[in-house]
Amino acid sequence: MEILLFAGFATVAAVSGLLVVIQRQAVYSALYLVITMGALAGLYILLEGHFIWIIQIIVYAGAIMVLFLFVIMLLDLRREEVMWARRDRGQILLAAILSLVLLAQMVLALGRSYLPAAKAPAALAEGFGTTQTVGRLLFTDYLFPFEVTSVILLVAMVGAMVLAKKQFK
Amino acid sequence: MQVPLSAYLILSAYLFLVGVVGVATRRNALIIFMSIELMLNAVNLTFLAFARFLNSMDGQVIVFFVMVVAAAEVAVGLAIIIAIYRNRETVDVAELNLLKW
Repeated sequence: MEILLFAGFATVAAVSGLLVVIQRQAVYSALYLVITMGALAGLYILLEGHFIWIIQIIVYAGAIMVLFLFVIMLLDLRREEVMWARRDRGQILLAAILSLVLLAQMVLALGRSYLPAAKAPAALAEGFGTTQTVGRLLFTDYLFPFEVTSVILLVAMVGAMVLAKKQFK
Repeated sequence: MQVPLSAYLILSAYLFLVGVVGVATRRNALIIFMSIELMLNAVNLTFLAFARFLNSMDGQVIVFFVMVVAAAEVAVGLAIIIAIYRNRETVDVAELNLLKW
């Protein structure tokens, strides 16, 4: 059962991930990316990420991608007429070949299970992946990074507002 | 039979490399940005897979922080793209060549 779910979500994620980078129109890429994030959220459930998958849907698919779609709408982009320009062909071919080589290397390396954990996953602690556990960790062991992220968000907000402000001459 | 760790890792590596090809190949700045987000998601999957298989909650907390930083980065990056579009009327990265020798 778990294998079926994994196969389903993984196929959806892989196919829509590939479709993100080969679309002519930016809005189709954004929509395929939303599908990819949804499929990844399903995989996170299989990985006992009971808090993380909800955050993935809310933050990534629900906020970040909506921001992308707003910007695509505001910029009113034309359909990309020339996707793979002639002078770029060499670079594109090189990128594709090197990526395929790297993918083959990674599949070979990751296909073996070095870790003993890979063969028999460790028995999970009580409440693994629940909101309570993540919350407790965020406020004890990871308190300083947690406070730093609030500063990061503030800085990003101020920066984005300053950069995108309309310049009045 | 359980899904092995290597299955998750290979899927994550594939998604990461699709993102890399997107960044290296496309000229539209927004699609490059989306490919970067795809790479971040692939890394999140790796973190969660290892967290599950090593029974360590640290992986999940790190994923939380990655998501926060990704959100901040997307906000600022899109603001930059909007500012560039206002000045140059294009989001084609091949047109942004003022620093080229």
